[in-house]
Amino acid sequence: MMLGKVIGTVIPCVIYEGLQGVPMLLVQPLDKNGNPKGKTLVAADATRMAGPGETIYYEGGREAAMALETTFVPVDHAIIGIVDGIQRDASGGPS
Amino acid sequence: MITGRVIGSIYSTINHPFYDGKKLMIVEKTDPQGMATGDYLIAIDSVGAGPGEPVLVLDEGNGARQVIGDNEAPLRSIIVGIIDHVG
Repeated sequence: MMLGKVIGTVIPCVIYEGLQGVPMLLVQPLDKNGNPKGKTLVAADATRMAGPGETIYYEGGREAAMALETTFVPVDHAIIGIVDGIQRDASGGPS
Repeated sequence: MITGRVIGSIYSTINHPFYDGKKLMIVEKTDPQGMATGDYLIAIDSVGAGPGEPVLVLDEGNGARQVIGDNEAPLRSIIVGIIDHVG
């Protein structure tokens, strides 16, 4: 899994069978220090509770679909949880 | 599997039910000399690794689910060893 920040929502008007009602969020991937890194992606929200501005962690690949209620769906990234806080090792950089 | 070093852990109350009560570790990937490559991943722990420790991480879904014993778990990365020495 990787850290990301939710920066927006995506509202599809037509979506593939099995994905109806699943929130789609725009996610900016973050590096280990919490700085933006890489291209924005769209992730299905398995928690159904994430919103713009929140730091989340997401999974990619086959495991993304497995996080959703309907597990055999065409999804490549899914938000697994919302970050409350990060405890860093003393040598791990700023929090 | 890959080598890495635990650099922190994540607190989370809202998460997928599988991750309830599981400690999430931030692991920076390292090269064979133990230097950070700049990449990282978030993994759960199966061996009791602590902050700063060099670890062995399994980054493959089917193997990770086999370790946990749950075929439905949305899990790919799991710490499966603590490294003593890389020769």
